[in-house]
Amino acid sequence: MKDVILAWRNLWRNTRRTLITSASIFFGVIFSTLMTSMQYGSYDAMIDNIVKFYSGYAQIFTEEYHENKTINNSFELGDALMRIVEETRGVTEYAPRLEYFALASSKEITKGTLVIGIDPAQENKVTGTKKWVHKGNYLTKNDKGVLVAIDLARYLQVNIGDTLVLYGQGFHGVMAAGKYAVKGILKFPSPELNKQFVYMSITNCQELFSAENRLTSLVIMVKDHYELPGVMKQLKKKITAPFMVMSWDELQPELVSMIEADKAGGLVMKAILYLLVGFGIFGTILMMISERRRELGVMVAIGMQKIKLGKLLFYETLFIGSIGAVAGLVGSIPIIQYFFYNPIPLTGDAAQTMIEMGIEPFMYFSMAPFVFYSQATTIFIITLVIAIFPVYKALTIKVNTALRA
Amino acid sequence: MKVIEIRNLKKTYNTGEVKVKAVNGISIDFEEGEFAAIVGPSGSGKTTFLNMLGGLDRPTSGEVVIGGANVWELSSRKLIDFRMNNIGFVFQAYNLIPVLTAGENVEFIMQLQGMPKKERGMRTKELLEAVGLADRINSRPGKLSGGQQQRVAVARALASRPKFILADEPTANLDSKATTSLLEMMAEMNKKYNTTFIFATHDQRVMDKARRIVSIEDGRILSDERFER
Ligand SMILES: Nc1ncnc2c1ncn2[C@@H]1O[C@H](COP(=O)(O)OP(=O)(O)OP(=O)(O)O)[C@@H](O)[C@H]1O
Ligand SMILES: [Mg+2]
Repeated sequence: MKDVILAWRNLWRNTRRTLITSASIFFGVIFSTLMTSMQYGSYDAMIDNIVKFYSGYAQIFTEEYHENKTINNSFELGDALMRIVEETRGVTEYAPRLEYFALASSKEITKGTLVIGIDPAQENKVTGTKKWVHKGNYLTKNDKGVLVAIDLARYLQVNIGDTLVLYGQGFHGVMAAGKYAVKGILKFPSPELNKQFVYMSITNCQELFSAENRLTSLVIMVKDHYELPGVMKQLKKKITAPFMVMSWDELQPELVSMIEADKAGGLVMKAILYLLVGFGIFGTILMMISERRRELGVMVAIGMQKIKLGKLLFYETLFIGSIGAVAGLVGSIPIIQYFFYNPIPLTGDAAQTMIEMGIEPFMYFSMAPFVFYSQATTIFIITLVIAIFPVYKALTIKVNTALRA
Repeated sequence: MKVIEIRNLKKTYNTGEVKVKAVNGISIDFEEGEFAAIVGPSGSGKTTFLNMLGGLDRPTSGEVVIGGANVWELSSRKLIDFRMNNIGFVFQAYNLIPVLTAGENVEFIMQLQGMPKKERGMRTKELLEAVGLADRINSRPGKLSGGQQQRVAVARALASRPKFILADEPTANLDSKATTSLLEMMAEMNKKYNTTFIFATHDQRVMDKARRIVSIEDGRILSDERFER
C-alpha cells in the first residue's frame, strides 16, 4: 500500500467533512481569483485607456513645459533628439504634438477647447485616433480641416462641413485666430475627452499659434508595457536638459498611487479571506488527527516509523488543501474567460468616477496567468504551513498515551 | 529457550502530587511457545507491564531483555523497528486501519518490513485462512464483526513472524461465542507456529485456556502457576 493511496483513502473516511473543507477552499479560490482578475482588469483598462487614448507610453518635452504647460515652452524637434528616439531599441513609433488651449466658436456659441495638432498618420499609429472618427473623415497630412469631439460639436451645434472659428493666444503672446471646416466628428469612449478635444494637422496648428516647426511633446510608443522599463532606461540616460522624458506612470502619478492603494486594499481583503480558508483547513486537520489518535498510536506500535506516519499525514493535508484549490482554479477559468470577453457594464458613482478618468464604465477582468496561479500558490503555501502541525504531531506522538486514548 | 527476561521492572507515574507505582518490581522470564495470561484486578498494572515489555512504555527502572537485546537501550527509531520485527500486538479493540481491507491490514506490517510483494500476498492468504477469514480478505474492518476484527488482528500480529505476541484484553469486547472461537484459534496458532502468546486479561475463559497464569496486584507478582492443557 503506497502512502499516497492510504492518504487518499483516509481523506474520504469523512466524505462530508472533506467536501465541506474542499468547498470552502473552492469558493475561496474562485472569489479571490475573481477579485484579483477584476482588480488587474481594471488597472489594465485604466493604463490602456490612458496610454491608448492620450498620453502614449512615454512623452518627451522640455523641462519648462513639464512645469508650465504653455505653448511658450514648446520646442523645435532637432536631428539630435530625433536620432536618440530612433536609435532607442524598443521604440516602435513616435508622434509629434502641439497642444494648447483656444476658444472655439460657431455662430453665437463659444467654448474653451484643447486644440491638438497632430501628424495624422503617426498619431494614428500611436494612439489609434482614426478609429474614433464617428462621422466624416480622418485628417490627411497638412489637412486644413479639423476633427471635433462629439459632445463639443453638439454644444457648438456644428456638423460636417460647418465652419469653426478658433482664437486665442499664440507663441510669445501673438494673436492666434483661424477659420476651419469641420471634417469629422470624433467619438471617444470617454465623455471627458468628448467635451473638449479639437484635432488638426500639426502644420495647421503651428500656423494657428504662430509656432512654426514647434511642438509641445513627442509621444513614444512601445510594443507593450513590459518593454517600457528597458526603453525608459535608455531614454533617460540619453535625453538631457533642456529635454526630459516621462513614462505614463510618471505622467499620471495619481493613477499609479490609486492603483497602489487599491492593490493594498485588495491584499487586506484577500489576507482575511485566506485566513478564513486557512483556519478551515487547519480545523479539519486538527479533527482528523485528534479523532485518530489511537489509530495513529497503533500504527507506530506495530512498527511504522514516525517519519513515515508524518509523511502520510503530510499527504493527507496536501490533498485536503489541493482538491478545493485545483477545483477552484479550474472552475475560475471559464468564469473569468466569460467576463473577460463580456465585461460587466457599470452604472452609478463607480461608473461616473471611471468616466471622469477617461475610462469606459465597465468592470473589466484580467486573464493574466498570474491571476490564476497566484491563488493556487497561496493556497499551496498555506497548506504547507498548516502541514507542519500534523507532521510535528506524528514525530512527537507518544505511543503509550495514544493507545490509551 | 527464553524469549523474554525481565529484571526488577518498575514504573512510577507522576500525576501531579500523587505518585502511582503501577509496576513495582517484577522479575519474570517467558519461554518460547508459552500461552500465558497476566491476570489481576483493574488498576493492578497489567497494561503498564505489557506495554513495557512490548517496548511501548518506558520503565522507570529495570530491564527487558528480548533475544539478548536490552530493549530500553535502543534508540527510539531502532525500538520501532525492533517492535516491528519481534513483537506482535493485539489490542482490546480498534486494532485495524479502517481504510485498509482485512488482507491489506495483514499485509501492511510485512510491507513495512520490506517483504517482496509475492511473498506478502501468499502469506496474507495463508494467515487469513488460518484464522478462518479467507473469504473476507477484501472486506474493510467496518464490515467485520468484533470477533472477526480480532482474528484479523491476530493474523496481522503473526504476519511479521514475531518472537511473541502481546494481547491486552483481546476478548474484552467480544461475546462468549466469539471469545471461545478466538481463543481456540489462538491456541491453534500457538501450536502451529510455536509463537509465544502473552495476554493481559480479566476473562475467566482466557484463564481456562492459559497454560501459565501470572497474577499481579499493586504492580507485584502474587503467584505464577503452570498448567498442563
Ligand atoms: N499514563 C498514566 N498516567 C498516570 N497513571 C497511569 C497511567 N497509566 C496507568 N496509570 C495508573 O497505573 C495503574 C495501573 O494501570 P494499568 O492500566 O496498567 O492497570 P490494568 O491492570 O491494565 O487495569 P485494567 O484492568 O483496568 O486495564 C493505575 O492506577 C492507573 O491509574
Ligand atoms: Mg489494562
